[in-house]
Amino acid sequence: MAHGPAKGIGRWLRATNHKDIGTMYLWFSFTMFLLGGFFAMVIRAELFEPGMQIVKPEFFNQMTTMHGLIMVFGAIMPVFVGLANWMIPMMIGAPDMALPRLNNLSFWILPFGFSLLASTLFMPGGGPNFGWTFYAPLSTTYAPPTVNFFIFGIHIIGASSIMGSINIIATILNLRAPGMTLMKMPLFVWTWLITAFLLIAVMPVLAGAVTMMLMDINFGTSFFNAAGGGDPVLFQHVFWFFGHPEVYIIIIPAFGVISAIIPTFSRKPLFGYSSMVYATAAIAFLSFIVWAHHMFTVGMPLAGELYFMYATMLIAVPTGVKVFNWITTMFRGAITYETPMLFAIAFVILFTIGGFTGLMLAIAPADIQYQDSYFVVAHFHYVMVAGALFSSTAAVYYWIPKWTGRMYNEAMGKVHFWVSFVAFNVTFFPQHFLGLAGMPRRYADYSLQFADWNMVSSIGAFAYGASQLLFLYNVIATIVAGRKISDPKVWEGAEGLEWTVPTPAPYHTFSTPPAFK
Amino acid sequence: MAAKNPVRKTILWSLLAGVAMFGFAMFVMPPLYNVFCEVTGLGGKPGGRYVAEQPVVDLERVVKVQFVTTNNSAMPWEFRPLTDSVRVHPGESHRVEFYARNDTARDMIAQAIPSIAPENAAKHLHKTQCFCFDQQPLKAGAEANMPVVFFIDPALPPSINTVTLSYTLFDVTDRQSAEVTARN
Repeated sequence: MAHGPAKGIGRWLRATNHKDIGTMYLWFSFTMFLLGGFFAMVIRAELFEPGMQIVKPEFFNQMTTMHGLIMVFGAIMPVFVGLANWMIPMMIGAPDMALPRLNNLSFWILPFGFSLLASTLFMPGGGPNFGWTFYAPLSTTYAPPTVNFFIFGIHIIGASSIMGSINIIATILNLRAPGMTLMKMPLFVWTWLITAFLLIAVMPVLAGAVTMMLMDINFGTSFFNAAGGGDPVLFQHVFWFFGHPEVYIIIIPAFGVISAIIPTFSRKPLFGYSSMVYATAAIAFLSFIVWAHHMFTVGMPLAGELYFMYATMLIAVPTGVKVFNWITTMFRGAITYETPMLFAIAFVILFTIGGFTGLMLAIAPADIQYQDSYFVVAHFHYVMVAGALFSSTAAVYYWIPKWTGRMYNEAMGKVHFWVSFVAFNVTFFPQHFLGLAGMPRRYADYSLQFADWNMVSSIGAFAYGASQLLFLYNVIATIVAGRKISDPKVWEGAEGLEWTVPTPAPYHTFSTPPAFK
Repeated sequence: MAAKNPVRKTILWSLLAGVAMFGFAMFVMPPLYNVFCEVTGLGGKPGGRYVAEQPVVDLERVVKVQFVTTNNSAMPWEFRPLTDSVRVHPGESHRVEFYARNDTARDMIAQAIPSIAPENAAKHLHKTQCFCFDQQPLKAGAEANMPVVFFIDPALPPSINTVTLSYTLFDVTDRQSAEVTARN
């Protein structure tokens, strides 16, 4: 039974161990995060001052597009898959994922998908330049010739996500320790089960959208071409039928992470466990029936605008349940402020701000003013960066002692947190003002009255980018030379099966199912 | 392998769900969207065949009808309306003509696709005769005047004073010949 990891590169290429694959997912997504972050730095450098300084407008468009695509599909989605790989088997008392070889495949096609996508930047015609939402006809009739690489890249990334989701569902539904009923699962496992269902439902829709683009471009069909009897608005419907659940795919696992961290450092059980489960399921359900709130300006009948407006506002109810549950969990708890907890509290505050601006955008008549302005950019960075990224950073700090058996540098972690927190707000809070003042998104230049806040925003962005290098350094320093620890619990208030295995977590855990009360 | 069965079952139905959703996006959503637009008249798509009823001419009201033409990017013909706009009473039948000339050196077949703006006027512009009902063959260098007979339904919402009828012309020569070949 004593079976350790294989030697050399083969360990990684032929990996079937959920911890190895989880590690690869985490490193891959961090690499993509740095790449997408570099693109963001190019964007902010160009927008530092009005006028054209550093890049050409065509290249600027490629940067905004690639930044969005890389961050959504390359950084945020894989980081949560990595956390799922590492933590779900340990949380439910399973020896590994249900389908280890499929797991290997779904990871290893990812680098190919993103190489395909990123290689377009070096091709004649340049990379995709039509925004990460790739609306037709920008992405069909007027697309650069490299668009087919983009389409195949998306296909590969989608296939990877679907395989990963099937694996996660099969693991959670079939490999739980005896006695662990669905309503006794840790919330992180619950949120991932719901996310995996969302992925299976909508990633094929994305594949369908890009396939229709492929056929319009290469095979003379007219799905999105009005001159041939199609309709470009159809593209927006298909895209957002995928796109709205997609934003919950990104944030729901973050809810799970926060629901694990806040009870640990408040030293209290999570308040309202079952309401958390039902709220998550309700958010997932609602995500399928609100997609057209991204399209209030395409010309919908009044009844449609009203329906999508009210349905969208309804999402605030289950989301509010979650936020109040987190706050109530902290209420009268014996709170300590280690780095994961700081990131978790920042998540609750900033995600709520992002939620409120989301409510503002949900108001159909007001949205006609906000549409495609920097207000939208500020809104979704509050939920994507302060939501998904802060929670995954919190997750790394929270679980890295368990993964490596070494403690990270707490002082450096706190510096990372405070620089990130301040720099994030300096970057994105002024973008609310810019958007309300009328600055449109996705332009390489702007009118002079937007100059001051853009400079502030760019300075914040550079600081935020630099602080992520500190994070990288802290993680490497922890792995190489962190203080060794051996307490299985690591954190005083931590509960759950993953804290019953030795620290660092051995290569194989729960070869026999644990007893679960 | 009995213990493996529940896992296999999970894989099977989740895989099926994925394939079904792909099929839904590719083969259900576009037709469904078209049906939805035709039923509601959204997106400027004129509805199905209009069942004619004797219209009552509303002499109190005048509606301006504009004509716009567009060539599909792969369509080299000259194509324009002979009348830019007309003022009509709702219920009153009107005839206008469009001009087309095949400047190329080969015989071609065209199809015009109509679109009506604003979208809530789409249901209220009825064409009783239209070149867009048929395909238009033109020999190399030939030209033609193509008629449209239409009237505005008196039920046109009172807020609308101007209706734009737009035609996009596109080349169906290849598609046509492929169809003819397939039939033979």
